[in-house]
Amino acid sequence: MSEMPEKPRSFQEIILRLQSYWASQGCAIMQPYDMEVGAGTFHPATTLRSLGSRAWAAAYVQPSRRPTDGRYGENPNRLQHYYQYQVLIKPSPPDLQDLYLGSLKAIGIDMGLHDIRFVEDDWESPTLGAWGLGWEVWCDGMEVSQFTYFQQVGGHDCRPVSGELTYGLERLAMYVLGVDHVMEMPFNDPDAPIALRYGDVFRQTEEEYSRHNFDAANTDVLLRHFEEAEAACEALLSVPEEDPKTGKRIIMAHPAYDQCIKASHIFNLLDARGVISVTERQAYIGRVRALAKQCADAYVRTDAGGFDA
Amino acid sequence: MPDLLIELFSEEIPARMQRRASEDLRDRVTGGLREAGLTFGESHAYATPRRLALAVEGVDAQSPTVVEERKGPRADAPEKAIEGFLRGAGVAREDLELRDEKKGQVYFAKITKPGRSADVIVAEVLESVVRNFPWPKSMRWGAGSLRWVRPLQSILCILTEGDAARVVALDIDGIAAGDTTEGHRFMAPGRFAVGSFSEYEAGLLERKVVLNPKERAEAIETAAESLAQSAGLEVVPDAGLLAEVSGLVEWPVPLMGEIEEAFLDLPPEVLQSSMREHQKFFSLRNPEAGQIERFVTVANVETADDGVTILAGNQKVLAARLSDAKFFWENDLRVARDGMGAWLEKLENVTFERTLGTQAARVARMETLAREIAPVVGADPELAGEAARVAKADLSSEMVNEFPELQGVMGRYYAVEAGLPEDVAVACEEHYSPLGPSDEVPTRLVSVAVALADKLDTLIGFWAIDQKPTGSKDPFALRRAALGVIRLVLENEKRLGLRNFINSGFVAHGVPGPDPSDQEDFTGMAQRFSLLTFIHDRLKVYLRDQGLSHDVIDACLALEGDDDLALVVARARALQAVLATDDGENLVQGFKRANNILTQAEEKDGVEYSYGADIKFAEAAEERTLFEALDRGEAEISKAVLAEDFEAAMGAMAALRGPIDAFFEAVQINSDNDILRRNRLNMLSRIRQICRQAADLSRLEG
Repeated sequence: MSEMPEKPRSFQEIILRLQSYWASQGCAIMQPYDMEVGAGTFHPATTLRSLGSRAWAAAYVQPSRRPTDGRYGENPNRLQHYYQYQVLIKPSPPDLQDLYLGSLKAIGIDMGLHDIRFVEDDWESPTLGAWGLGWEVWCDGMEVSQFTYFQQVGGHDCRPVSGELTYGLERLAMYVLGVDHVMEMPFNDPDAPIALRYGDVFRQTEEEYSRHNFDAANTDVLLRHFEEAEAACEALLSVPEEDPKTGKRIIMAHPAYDQCIKASHIFNLLDARGVISVTERQAYIGRVRALAKQCADAYVRTDAGGFDA
Repeated sequence: MPDLLIELFSEEIPARMQRRASEDLRDRVTGGLREAGLTFGESHAYATPRRLALAVEGVDAQSPTVVEERKGPRADAPEKAIEGFLRGAGVAREDLELRDEKKGQVYFAKITKPGRSADVIVAEVLESVVRNFPWPKSMRWGAGSLRWVRPLQSILCILTEGDAARVVALDIDGIAAGDTTEGHRFMAPGRFAVGSFSEYEAGLLERKVVLNPKERAEAIETAAESLAQSAGLEVVPDAGLLAEVSGLVEWPVPLMGEIEEAFLDLPPEVLQSSMREHQKFFSLRNPEAGQIERFVTVANVETADDGVTILAGNQKVLAARLSDAKFFWENDLRVARDGMGAWLEKLENVTFERTLGTQAARVARMETLAREIAPVVGADPELAGEAARVAKADLSSEMVNEFPELQGVMGRYYAVEAGLPEDVAVACEEHYSPLGPSDEVPTRLVSVAVALADKLDTLIGFWAIDQKPTGSKDPFALRRAALGVIRLVLENEKRLGLRNFINSGFVAHGVPGPDPSDQEDFTGMAQRFSLLTFIHDRLKVYLRDQGLSHDVIDACLALEGDDDLALVVARARALQAVLATDDGENLVQGFKRANNILTQAEEKDGVEYSYGADIKFAEAAEERTLFEALDRGEAEISKAVLAEDFEAAMGAMAALRGPIDAFFEAVQINSDNDILRRNRLNMLSRIRQICRQAADLSRLEG
């Protein structure tokens, strides 16, 4: 077996190693999407790019928000804002499992000492109208990644199939660095002149957003924004494909999808505020799914979506 | 004759699908070989997380040549018809044979289908099996369109004859069959070639893969037990978990770990659920204290540090899980000690079923029903009512929210904490039982009353909204609920008429019954009748497994008391016993003869012969004997039935066989003398009526 790299010493080093590993495997290193999303899958580099026939390979960090998971920075493992590392390769290469294991090695997980397992876990996103088959990957009994072969997105069959990898970065890093409380985790090099821990960066924001998400977010405004985003999404998709100004066929799939993402995040906030009943919940999810589906329908009629390809 | 070896090597197959998949592979491949005319010896199927394998011994090298004869057109048929026949049969004109038939000369063709080699057949069969494999869920990958449970990576397919092995030529969407496979992903990476099944199995073992899932399970069981023993503990048996874990590893390495002191006072069920569901750990129990003190996890790899790192990681994950569980437990205890009021209130917001309203409404109905049932089964109505009231409280608890399978179990703990009587606490757990045909039936009377109320309310509710099971669809497990009612009543030997409870249950669900003062009113009767019939149908299935045939039960269900299941069963057993005797069997024939003659006569004459026969019109001695026998039998049967001595009743009925047979022998019913005829028909009517006190023999088959 080839030499093990030295153990990483900080959260950011793990991210940097993942970035350079997947770059060396030929992925385009994207930057985070500039909107609030619940998971890395929502980034158009995954959702939209998994549609259509064009090949694609991308990797990126995506800040993700789950308002209901806020714990005022006190829980050792739970955060309302956290980072996911996301890899999407289309078509999924035959050695994707080996590539993935290579990434674990790159961040210092020695296969000779650890127990890595692929345990059945079928992925489904009701809001994106998407599903796939795959596994959660266990390292010594802990889930460190989600590994999925996309079968459908936005109601469209994925042809070819994308392979998607999602790493929960904080949890993975805590394990690799041997840290028990997320706020104690070294963010940058612990020997740097100004050494920062995760808590130095995020404890206060966790507090602020927990209060905001649970008690202060204005639900009337949110409800209105939801409706507006929904309406905007549908309006953008209903304009004629030909742009009168340029004379070109310009389908606004991405701007419409931004509104879909927005609606999804607002729904999560409303959920955290506890103003959505069990029965309404399904209806809201259905509305976001309908938007995602329309965006997917529009995207596959664009060039990047493989139209006429 | 060559041996066949097939391996389908893929990315990780879900544990729960492996066994069925290996059996499907075996059945479909061997079925295909058989259909193609090949015979073979034993076949064995195996599965690991990464492969399905099949070994078939002694396969014919060649399928037999088959000669088929086909009849063609007549010799004088149009040329076109003959040409068509030649094309269809694939033979030349000169190969046809002319034979003389009744209508003239007819062409016959002999079609020879030459045997095919096993190689060709295996390739064809395996391709079709792979393309049509019945995975519960399958997927595509990459740019291809082939479906498999997860990406299929390689196919090994060889025929071995003596020392020589050959690869079966086969290519499925770019995956060419070969003679190589892989060992353990981490401990022995790389491909190796095999020439036979024994080489395959041994080669895998050498490369840290135990092919046979049974051997993996046994290895895990043995190692877990010895680890437990070394710590003075015992493994909590869990066959489902053992099967699952055997499907998660190719090279099982059981490791024993510790549970932090702070978590040891959690209820053992909580520890077990948490460890089982999330971590797939086996629980190790202290045989004296009953507490769970350690765990065994099964790794898939041997490491240089003997699993120290793996164990440390697993313990860390467990600690995080258990601190969640402890948090739930402590929060729950506060609510429980406070009397569980907050949970009961919360049930008002929990939907039981969309149209059936909230859990709180369901609990209220259950409470009423449990109070009604209690005195009939000998339970204290107050305790039964109280138990029903709190039986679902734990559904609002944090622990059950996290571990739904702990419903009832937690209810019992919390009821104890709330200071409720033991019978009430136990009923919180036991009222869900029996959950299946082999689950134990509660015997405590309060539990029996609440369990009956729970199941009857479920059945009545879904009947009221017309959501009955159909065919194989039974999403609300109503067959199981009906079986639960049956087993609760029968195994506790409880005597009760279900009609009353069914009626009040329907009333509680807003389905009123008929006005008792109005004979013509059938309001709500259809639903009530349909539910009782459903319970009767389940009763027949249940008793069939105990050797009672359905027509015997029908013969007893046709009488009064058909909603008193214990009574029906006692009657049916006695009837079945008497039917096994010579008298019983013949009585049925005599009865049916009497019944047929009577029914035909009644239809023809348009009257009912039920005025009673008069002995003074009896002519033959046999006729008078039957009169006396019927008088005696009627008295004996009705007395026995009243005393519920069904053996005696059936015996008395069977004793009528002799006189009835003799009567038919000696006397002609349809006499020319109308008075005699009517008297005899009235006598037959008495036979029917008297027997009917014991059972309706007309329902019997054969």
